[in-house]
Amino acid sequence: MTAFVDIDGVTLTYRGASGDVTALRGTSLAVGRGEFTAVVGPSGCGKSTLMRLVTGLVRPTEGRVSLDGAAVDGPVKIAGMAFQNPNLLPWRTVTDNVLLPLEIVEPYRRRFRAEKKQYKERAEALLATVGLAGFGDRFPWELSGGMQQRASLCRALIHEPELLMLDEPFAALDAFTREELWCVLRDLWERIGFTVVLVTHDLREAAFLADTIHVMSARPGRIVTTRQVELPRPRDLEVCFEPAFVDLIHELRGRIAEMRAA
Amino acid sequence: MSGSMERLVPLWFTIGLFAVWEATCRLLDVDPFILPAPSEVLAALVQYWRPVLRHSLVTLWTTMVGFGLAVAFGIVLGLIVGWSRTIYRGIYPVMIGFNTIPKVAVVPILVIWFGIGEVPAILTAFLISFFPIVVNVATGLATMEPELEDVLRALGARKLDIMLKVGIPRALPYLFGSLKVAITLAFVGSVVSETIAANAGIGFLMAQAGSNFQMPLVFAGLMALAVEGIAMYALFALVERRMTRWAFRSSTSAAA
Ligand SMILES: Nc1ncnc2c1ncn2[C@@H]1O[C@H](COP(=O)(O)OP(=O)(O)O)[C@@H](O)[C@H]1O
Ligand SMILES: [Mg+2]
Repeated sequence: MTAFVDIDGVTLTYRGASGDVTALRGTSLAVGRGEFTAVVGPSGCGKSTLMRLVTGLVRPTEGRVSLDGAAVDGPVKIAGMAFQNPNLLPWRTVTDNVLLPLEIVEPYRRRFRAEKKQYKERAEALLATVGLAGFGDRFPWELSGGMQQRASLCRALIHEPELLMLDEPFAALDAFTREELWCVLRDLWERIGFTVVLVTHDLREAAFLADTIHVMSARPGRIVTTRQVELPRPRDLEVCFEPAFVDLIHELRGRIAEMRAA
Repeated sequence: MSGSMERLVPLWFTIGLFAVWEATCRLLDVDPFILPAPSEVLAALVQYWRPVLRHSLVTLWTTMVGFGLAVAFGIVLGLIVGWSRTIYRGIYPVMIGFNTIPKVAVVPILVIWFGIGEVPAILTAFLISFFPIVVNVATGLATMEPELEDVLRALGARKLDIMLKVGIPRALPYLFGSLKVAITLAFVGSVVSETIAANAGIGFLMAQAGSNFQMPLVFAGLMALAVEGIAMYALFALVERRMTRWAFRSSTSAAA
């Protein structure tokens, strides 16, 4: 049985006018179907590059990437993505922003005109599950940063992707809003059951949400440690104060410190 | 100061300027041939309102035709240049360099090619107002957030989808912002061309009046130009606000 996301011995070199940059070297990583995986590592170690590889936006220089058993050789179409910047389109209402993927992905694209009403209802229902009921007709600039990020998550999920790729989605939020959004994401994942790859540099975020945490080295990045998170589910924010959680954070910190010293 | 008072400030300022002008001419007894007083300019306007109006309309027409061409070509070229960041990076410096050539210098060439008349005025207006539109449209497209592009590409969006859904709507405020600059430039272009080589238009009228030593009429022409220029600028500033309300609103939003 192969993994849902399988990154096997991947090296990626960006060729540029000012020289080549090897972002990843010999990186291997496997994610099971339905698993919640976190990738942590220092800035510039190639985390975003890893996301772009899995979604087929860049091709590996060496090695192979496969998704659901098939080699990735172009944009994958079964992934939803969200980034630190919510990147909502300011000229569209929140609902119309969430609907954007349906205007692009088949089979929704074909039916979009005919079924716009149902799709709108679906978007509004999804918005309600992240606490944005009644905000569908607002414009993004009328929303706080945390609310925009909730809408961005909805946009990433509206086409029911099997894989959700999150690149430091909560990094720009204040601590309280961030913890609220952890819970939003946890609930979505528990309800829908997609596979998640979450890139973060917040160890608490990784430990609270993930089943598995991969630690990456500085550039050129590769996975140096993989750690299962055995905290029982469902988890609530109180878990962050339990000894097992604190020990886990401690241990990961130690690993990262060792790695940085080496 | 209350809002309505503040809005009247430009009006008061303009009236004050004319008052100072009038007072200076009277007190210092300035030769009307050097600088006619506003009252004399007004008298000339009243006396010659027919030719002034006729020539103003010619200028308005040549400006609008040149501007219309500039908008059409500007949008097309802007789309081509902004389509890919590589093209944009390669061509942008060339365009900026090209734009530093004073377009007025080509008027004599246009006259040789097309003769004296409306065509050189239209073409000068076109040439001079074309660049800001291209540059703005291209910039609006090429500065699209790469992450947003990634989001869409990962969904299997083609370049055309990305342009239609994001690039073009995003470039609209850039386009509308450039129109008010472009219309002003087009106006400058057509008037300059008329001054050099035309037999109608405000520029022609002013050149004629100048060579007949009718200074009040020259200034009357200048007033007509000012009114026309301000009106066109105001029109396109209004169009800009109307068409791209979201761009004005979102730039003032506090959300990160
Ligand atoms: N398109 C690109 N061209 C050239 N170099 C790039 C490109 N994207 C990323 N890099 C380089 O690759 C390295 C890894 O980048 P990235 O994957 O964004 O890291 P992270 O997300 O972990 O901060 C960085 O040194 C970055 O400068
Ligand atoms: Mg990154």
